[in-house]
Amino acid sequence: MYYIFDGTYAGYICCVFEAFSRKEIDARPTRLDLIQTTLFFESRSIETHPERFQRVFQAMEKKIGHAGMKLFYQNFLADEEKAWLNGFQLLIKLFQSETLDLKNYGDPQILQFHQTIKKVNRERHRMKAFVRFMKDANELYTAIIEPDFNVLPLIIDFFRNRYADQPWLIYDIRRQYGYHYNLKEMQEVFSTAEMLTDESQSLQVSLDLKEEEYQILWKKYFKSTNIEQRKNLKLHIRHVPQRYWKYLTEKT
Amino acid sequence: MFDFGDKLQILADAAKYDVSCSSSGGKRKNIGGIGDSSSSGICHTYTEDGRCVSLLKILMTNYCIFDCAFCVSRKSNDVQRAAFSVKEVVELTMNFYRRNYIEGLFLSSGIFKSADYTMERLMLVVKKLRTEEKFHGYIHLKAIPGASEALLKEAGLYVDRMSVNLEIPTEEGLKLVAPEKDHQSVREPLQTIKTEIMALKEEKKTIKKVPLFVPAGQSTQMVIGATGESDLDIMGTANEFYKTYNLKRVYYSGYIPINPKDSLLPQVGTAPPLQRENRLYQTDWLLRFYGFSLHEILNTKHQNLELDMDPKLAWAIRNPQFFPIDINTASYQWIIRIPGVGRQSANKIVQARNFGKLREDQVKKMGIAFNRAKYFMSCADSVFGLGFLYPEQVKKALVKQPLIGEASNSSRLISEVDSYQLTLF
Ligand code: SF4
Repeated sequence: MYYIFDGTYAGYICCVFEAFSRKEIDARPTRLDLIQTTLFFESRSIETHPERFQRVFQAMEKKIGHAGMKLFYQNFLADEEKAWLNGFQLLIKLFQSETLDLKNYGDPQILQFHQTIKKVNRERHRMKAFVRFMKDANELYTAIIEPDFNVLPLIIDFFRNRYADQPWLIYDIRRQYGYHYNLKEMQEVFSTAEMLTDESQSLQVSLDLKEEEYQILWKKYFKSTNIEQRKNLKLHIRHVPQRYWKYLTEKT
Repeated sequence: MFDFGDKLQILADAAKYDVSCSSSGGKRKNIGGIGDSSSSGICHTYTEDGRCVSLLKILMTNYCIFDCAFCVSRKSNDVQRAAFSVKEVVELTMNFYRRNYIEGLFLSSGIFKSADYTMERLMLVVKKLRTEEKFHGYIHLKAIPGASEALLKEAGLYVDRMSVNLEIPTEEGLKLVAPEKDHQSVREPLQTIKTEIMALKEEKKTIKKVPLFVPAGQSTQMVIGATGESDLDIMGTANEFYKTYNLKRVYYSGYIPINPKDSLLPQVGTAPPLQRENRLYQTDWLLRFYGFSLHEILNTKHQNLELDMDPKLAWAIRNPQFFPIDINTASYQWIIRIPGVGRQSANKIVQARNFGKLREDQVKKMGIAFNRAKYFMSCADSVFGLGFLYPEQVKKALVKQPLIGEASNSSRLISEVDSYQLTLF
């Protein structure tokens, strides 16, 4: 039985509520666009109810506290069915038994849970590093990212705190949404129709007059600070995987 | 005439032999300005040599009145010279920072005119960044040996880390290649800063608000393989400096020959001793985080580290009497001494065994290098007695193995910023 939710964390948590009230604990949470339509499957659409979400949330808090809840959120942001299913089943177990302890690394499901979280956190850390802002003519600092996992929600506080005195926009081009900060508050933004139809258009914003100059200086610096005699491309690529190069000023 | 880009190239090129690029340990939060340095440090990119790029690492100038044989900026070297103005460094730092290229600035300098003259200009840069630009990012500043205490202390109010390089690990070695220099001139600024840090700590007990002063502490760097020191000499010096000056880090930098005229130094073209450098970092790590003492790893009978295996493995093979270690009963301190088991995995093991005795197949998945660890540990289902009767065989089995695949395991054990230096535990 597939549980089709709306892709939000609240929706995901509502799957747990639904599974308990319908006694369908073998359900598999997924999103509509991830389902292969040619296959025969049983499914149920899960509505996102704020009260249900709250109820599960409070129950989670009692059982595992804030630290534990954070783990489930991070696991959810892995943004893939396998991780969703694992987290979902662990939540079911959590409410079914008194003894589920997330530190029991000997249990394969719990181990997988932590491994997923570790991967998400690694990319979260990477994205803090790999965001490259471009200043445009309106003084807005814009960055495009394309992370494997949905880590944007995990990094925006970091950027808001660090770049509190400059307006910025970080946009996840894979998931087609971003966050805009205007010196006062942060807002989630979604792509407009034009951006969707013509990808190049988003790059045609006019840049600040000095933007190109600083990009060139950065590239020069990147080259000069390298020590040729120590060259180690294998190590370089392990730290800066090729899939990220597209958006790294120094690698383009 | 050269333009600003050329200048940046010259002054970045001359600064790159300082290997430190750490941006961790800062305590600055963003209050009404830009930036913070309170996180654990970020590598924004990596150079093609695999080193972390966290800070904009430049010299104020590569003019120098000294002639240290191991240094590119030495007076007698025929290189292009350039100098930044205070304003230029500030602007460059801010513009790189605002684009999220860097965590902050690492500023050093050749000695121009005098120690005080040079130090004052460095101080002006960091002061301007903090007070005028309201910059709270990371700043690592080189203290210039011989500069006045007053200047050092003032700079200390604005920077996160200060460092003075020992360069050559022993006094005798240093005298050979840089007769104008001595270790004493390195000790003095380190001592000045240490004393001030301690004094402020004392004050903090009675006064609530004391200014931040070099919150990320001090570090130093030694060049490896330029002169003939043994690993014991090097680690002995490192150990003493860690203790005497409460250093946060000692960096080891494999010497890259750059001086064709000096017959005392390795020939230009000689490969830098990267493996040796790596082993020294591993040793440093074992001393600071794994509870090893120096004489366990290096002593007068055993003055140099093995190049073909890491120092933890080498120690284990020299000390078969401690093995195998039972991971279900041994303390954390002993589990981290098992080759192939790092601190994170040891933590997992210690927590997971509360839920029942651990078997091999469970431990295997906890991020350890099992092929190595298996010779040194026993699990609930290990066949006892096979353990550790033949250290020589174990050595053969392990040293022959290509160890590259395990690097990804071990790099998890260390903070991202430092991981390029360390592989294989
Ligand atoms: S004083 Fe410093 S910059 Fe000058 S030659 Fe010696 S090591 Fe190089």
